[in-house]
Amino acid sequence: MFSFPNLGINTPILNFLLVGVGGQGTILASNVLAELGLAFGHDVKKAEVHGMSQRGGSVISHVRWGEEVHSPIIAKGDVDILIAFEKLEALRFVDQLRPYGVIVINDHNITPVTVSSGNFIYPSDETIKEAIHEFTRRDYWVNGVKIAEELGNNKISNVVILGALCGLLNQDPESWFNLIAKKVPGKSLNINRAAFFQGISEIAKEH
Amino acid sequence: MKRLLSGNEAVARGAWEAGCSVASGYPGTPSTEIMETFALYPNVYAEWAPNEKVGLDVAIGAAYAGKRAISTMKHVGLNVAADALFYVAMTGIEAGLVIVSADDPSMHSSQNEQDNRQYAKFSRIPCLDPSDSQDARDYAIAAFNLSEQFDTPVLLRLTTRVCHTSGAVEVSESQANLPEPGKYPRNPLKYVMIPANARQKHPVIEARIAEIAQFAENFELNRVEWRDTDLGIITGGIAYQYAREVFPSASILKLGMVYPLPKKLITDFAAKVKKVIVLEELDPFIEDQVRAIGVNLFLHSEHDSREYPMTKSIFPVFGELNPTIVRKAAKRAGLYNGEIQDSDWKVDVQLPPRPPTLCPGCPHRSSFYVLNKLKVPVNGDIGCYTLGVAPPLSTTDTCGCMGASIGVAHGASVAGDKERHVAVVGDSTFFHSGIAPLINVAYNKSNVITIIMDNRVTGMTGHQENPGTGKTLQNQETVSLDIQALVRACGITKVLTVEAYDVDLIEKTLRQWLKEDGPAVLITKEECALLPAARKRYISLEVTDQCNGCTVCFRIGCPAITKSAELDPKYNRPLAEIDAALCTGCEICAQVCPRDAILFRNQMISKAN
Repeated sequence: MFSFPNLGINTPILNFLLVGVGGQGTILASNVLAELGLAFGHDVKKAEVHGMSQRGGSVISHVRWGEEVHSPIIAKGDVDILIAFEKLEALRFVDQLRPYGVIVINDHNITPVTVSSGNFIYPSDETIKEAIHEFTRRDYWVNGVKIAEELGNNKISNVVILGALCGLLNQDPESWFNLIAKKVPGKSLNINRAAFFQGISEIAKEH
Repeated sequence: MKRLLSGNEAVARGAWEAGCSVASGYPGTPSTEIMETFALYPNVYAEWAPNEKVGLDVAIGAAYAGKRAISTMKHVGLNVAADALFYVAMTGIEAGLVIVSADDPSMHSSQNEQDNRQYAKFSRIPCLDPSDSQDARDYAIAAFNLSEQFDTPVLLRLTTRVCHTSGAVEVSESQANLPEPGKYPRNPLKYVMIPANARQKHPVIEARIAEIAQFAENFELNRVEWRDTDLGIITGGIAYQYAREVFPSASILKLGMVYPLPKKLITDFAAKVKKVIVLEELDPFIEDQVRAIGVNLFLHSEHDSREYPMTKSIFPVFGELNPTIVRKAAKRAGLYNGEIQDSDWKVDVQLPPRPPTLCPGCPHRSSFYVLNKLKVPVNGDIGCYTLGVAPPLSTTDTCGCMGASIGVAHGASVAGDKERHVAVVGDSTFFHSGIAPLINVAYNKSNVITIIMDNRVTGMTGHQENPGTGKTLQNQETVSLDIQALVRACGITKVLTVEAYDVDLIEKTLRQWLKEDGPAVLITKEECALLPAARKRYISLEVTDQCNGCTVCFRIGCPAITKSAELDPKYNRPLAEIDAALCTGCEICAQVCPRDAILFRNQMISKAN
């Protein structure tokens, strides 16, 4: 059983749904989560769902840990932890959450072409928060891109978010970061490490 | 030790462990990573062929020569390779031959969701259908053995969800110990399919499939999992996982080989359970066969024949399954009593969609911008440039399959269509199946204008080498095909190669050609903006205070150009803004801006200095 009483999680199968926009490192983050699950001795499935475009489209990744995992796809309403690398995507997939589920949100927006072309309006922060609160109050906002930019690489906000998740689940940071270290280029190890630990301290602040 | 492998990686692993040493295929989502992974194993030969038909011929050639071989493709690729499939089904092989078809239920990146299990039945060869990564590795090995045991090619049929799901896989570190191939066969009775030999062969392959059906009764990949006998589920492929997820207490007959089927195993299973159903994705492939052997499947009373045609009793015939769809269909049939999170649990905000678009800096964008201005009918093709159909470019009128663009445009021309047709095709698609139709345009003298968008790579499937790139799959230097010379050799005399970002030259050339008669080919050449070398050249451009919000730059549909919150004081319309994180500095926007309000690269550089 996976028990995180402070997050209201008590389940035989832990379901993570990672959502973002192509190019944000959503897949790398889900690879890390899947490898972690395997390293902890769980059965693991990780399913990637991406459309035709290399960049700019929605990217979705299902990661499931358990004793025996069957469906690679998490049923609607069964997601324990939604990890959103972009705010609009958070809103798009919040209905996949279990009632009162956990959502970790990168406080960042990437404008879709349907908005820049003037056909749609990107919802305001207030609208997004209100809509998310219809589903859960366990929403954790992390300014991943700002932190990553301050560290000098705006591409590593995904690692900040992984840090936040590690902190939220109260996991051993070193065992998590060891796995991340295997997936990032050697020369960017230090900056990724800084990003990861800053993610952890961001979450500590929120608590 | 268990490794985390995707289904595609697991197939490559299984093939390597089985001693497969030759692989040839064509990239196609969701199959591409099989070849990319296999190519990295020691002592193997792996290549990208120009198309699936060539790839399968190559694998057949290797299997005739006594080496285990594999050919990989997406489902629609097997249509291209079908001619080869049908002759090798007749001839058989010397060493194991596995044909991998990666199907795409729900059409995540395909033009149809054809169910390629049908090809196995059609060509009388066995079909294995793995349900996860462990199966994918195990079945790949089993497929080679089966191939040699019955002198038949084997279809290893995957689906997107199996290909792109990673799971724990137990692997072996050693490879099968295979005998060295003997002398190349001189056996025309077996390998030369002239009518006299083919007539001899047809009864042989009919007998072979009957023999394999007998073998299937005790084949280890077909297995019964006894649980509660109220409900029995016959299933195969990814659907097995949904059966376990949704019906944890049901008994299951898991068919690892979905063609030919083990009749006795099925009838025995059906006899021991109260209700028996078939759970499978797409076509009623198993279901039809199970009915044909006389099994009475459970049918619920509220069967909706519009949504679920009569041939399939409970589950939909279209789209990828998932636990929610399976639960809903089962609930309607009275087979599931649990709660389902239904559709009223949803966000009450209008969400801007994020449709696939041409990337910022895409070298295809300029041609589509010009084509949109010229308002000519455009016959498109399969690749990133299919996205020219998306607004605001909205410039593709047809797109059916690989290589269709030029032939379809020629058809309009010879039919006497009053408008001049432009065919648009990418470099890799041109090599795949665009050359023959271009020869046809020249030979049969139509006036089609073809644009070959040469972005120096096979783009949409994630940057694979092709005959134009000068590199092979295994990273060897090789010849780089000269497209312009090839086009001339096809008999086209009016050919021009331009830089793909040069909006003015593309427009000027096309306008001129549209006034003249006869076929012409414009090659727009520029590396895909996502290639590493192109990334090194990124410079973000800027909008100056000359912008008055005229909207022309919005019409190129670049994700890096957005409407800012600031309004032009005179016209009260939003000014353009460039997202520095997305802009690559391709200058298409700067070229189309009528007020020179977007700085060019050299202006950005001199500004920085």
